[in-house]
Amino acid sequence: MTWLSTSWPRVLELTWSHLLLSLPAILLGIMVAVPLGRIASRWPRPGGIVLGAASLLYAIPALPLLIIIPFLFGFPQRSPTTLVVALGVYAAAVLVRTSADAFTSIDSKVRESAIATGHSAGAMFWRVDLPLAVPVLVSGIRVVTVSTVGLVTISALIGVPSLGTLFTDGFQRGITAEVITGILAVIVVACVLDAICVVIGRKLTPWSHTRSQPKRTHEPAGEAKA
Amino acid sequence: MSMFLEAFTWLADSAAWMGATSIGHRLGQHLIITMIVVGIAAAIALPVGIAIGHTGRGRGFVIAAAGAARAVPTLGLLTILALAMGIGITAPIVALIVLAVPPLLAGTYAGIENVERTTIDAARAAGMNEFQIIVHVELPLAAHVILGGFRSATLQVIATATLAAYVSDSGLGRYIFAGLKSRDYPQMLAGALLVAALAILIDLGLSVLQRMVRRSVEPRMPRPRSRVAGPSLKGAS
Amino acid sequence: MIEFRAVSKSFSGGAVAVEEFSYVLPSHRTVALVGSSGSGKTTLLRMVNRMLEPGSGTVLIDGRDVREFNKVALRRSIGYVMQDGGLLPHRTVAENISTVPVLNRVSRKEARVTALELLEQVGLDLTLADRYPAQLSGGQRQRVGVARALAADPNILLMDEPFGAVDPIVRRELQNQLLALQSRLGKTMVFVTHDIDEALLLGDEVIVLRSGGRIAQVGPPAEILAAPADAFVRDFIGADRPERVLRIVETQGRKVVLDQAGRPAGVLAS
Repeated sequence: MTWLSTSWPRVLELTWSHLLLSLPAILLGIMVAVPLGRIASRWPRPGGIVLGAASLLYAIPALPLLIIIPFLFGFPQRSPTTLVVALGVYAAAVLVRTSADAFTSIDSKVRESAIATGHSAGAMFWRVDLPLAVPVLVSGIRVVTVSTVGLVTISALIGVPSLGTLFTDGFQRGITAEVITGILAVIVVACVLDAICVVIGRKLTPWSHTRSQPKRTHEPAGEAKA
Repeated sequence: MSMFLEAFTWLADSAAWMGATSIGHRLGQHLIITMIVVGIAAAIALPVGIAIGHTGRGRGFVIAAAGAARAVPTLGLLTILALAMGIGITAPIVALIVLAVPPLLAGTYAGIENVERTTIDAARAAGMNEFQIIVHVELPLAAHVILGGFRSATLQVIATATLAAYVSDSGLGRYIFAGLKSRDYPQMLAGALLVAALAILIDLGLSVLQRMVRRSVEPRMPRPRSRVAGPSLKGAS
Repeated sequence: MIEFRAVSKSFSGGAVAVEEFSYVLPSHRTVALVGSSGSGKTTLLRMVNRMLEPGSGTVLIDGRDVREFNKVALRRSIGYVMQDGGLLPHRTVAENISTVPVLNRVSRKEARVTALELLEQVGLDLTLADRYPAQLSGGQRQRVGVARALAADPNILLMDEPFGAVDPIVRRELQNQLLALQSRLGKTMVFVTHDIDEALLLGDEVIVLRSGGRIAQVGPPAEILAAPADAFVRDFIGADRPERVLRIVETQGRKVVLDQAGRPAGVLAS
């Protein structure tokens, strides 16, 4: 604990760097996976290829991916951009299947009635499909958020500072408290971001948690003239 | 792109294939560590997962464990155990087991729990005891889901075994860390490509196995019905 | 006026849903399309708002081929009610009713005023306006479905077995309310059902379909009951069911109507 009492500014600074790496990666992942998931749910054949490729990509461990991507795209080694792109691609690979499921699980009768009432293709996506996919999407985004926050720590291995730096530094200098602080800080960041996802999800889906209200048992008397 | 050529040249160099740090040796290490770890993790997770899935008790524990395992940074776990247990292979193996148990547990429990209740009732009515129900009904029907858990646990272990090279002299990750340290990019990239290839091959193999097991339980997989899509709405009255 | 000209439609797999269907549906009247499953009645309905395109033949609205209209605009100009209301689960009742006006860029405030009026017209309490469909009963959802179809004041209403999912008592209420609404609004309404009693109750004109959308008989309900064209229609309308064959006896100075089994069905108005 003496370590923490002198080093907390550094922990805060690394937490900030950690957030600056994780948040863009998560957002990038969402922005890539949601449209791809919608495409995959709509056209199963090309969709199957996309999902297969995503699952293969996800099979590749993160560290090798971090090393291969800069050479593939000509990014500089050891840069935050590389890290964000690599982890964003990774997040997208995990999320695209959930995203496809989210769109596929929408009740086809609801879509049909929306089409029958004259929703154009754009209106279908923004006003019907996307909002109805949100609950499943959020469950996937929560998983991706927590795992991305954990994965960002390996940035320390290629020399980009994050909370992972506390692991490499603590390991090299033999300071157990530093490593433990790092682990706890990562868990706290993951939990906080997860909670934020839950809150945003609730705000976006007011219809999905109102069922506890008492249901009327009787029809209100209409103008039923016998 | 030229870096890829250099990496392949490095891979093709006979020097890389000889001695105690040869590719064959490192690959063997990586595979053996993976097998030992997944074996031990399965020995722990399968019985517990079956018990939870069969009785329905302890569900909350599995979900919490799976969530917690995702939040714990693998590199942090590796370094803290290495600090506590010293440099060597023991610390990484313990860390890898800790990380492999939750996905196996979740797969086993989910697989068993998803077996139709009516099927189990029917087996019980036909006079099977609990043990026979588990062996003859639940396990065969849950096999492909359990294999799914096994697949993600194996991939997790392969990935983390790569990181383990940071705290011990073992596995294909060594090339990556050696390359990183000495800025020997061809070696580093070659190591990354080897791990990626290994992971992809094992994932493909396990996915084929998983599909075969699934087919044996659900011989006729219904073709996905075409979905409602804009103008080509189908449906007669 | 909706006109079908030699319309045929078959689905992938070769099943013929409708074959050479021709008929002119009069304006401001309710036409009930009735038939069992496979009779092509829903297929016919869906060709009106281009949810389906005919394989051959033409569907015309007021003399214009529906293919000349923009699909999306056409659908917005036609009210459509389906089973269980077909409501959007993520929108409140008022928002559901405002669907088409909002798509047509009417201001939300204005659309809400209209929505509340319609809510009253279909006999629902205004307190339901801000609930979600999942919080309503089946009958209430169905009423909202009707209100939504009326929101853009369309000339044509397409009803695709709208009351199929509610229990008989509620269905009866909904049918009566629809009759009352229609007598006030006078829309051109096409009502698809497999329930002959519903068709006879709601239709100014009833089209009995046999398989493949072939017309077995067309006419006002009374005519169909009085003179079924053939054995198929006789059977379909249940002409031989005891409650279809009524006779009059005089009791206590009033004329009482009895069915074939002798059970009283009602009293003749004097």
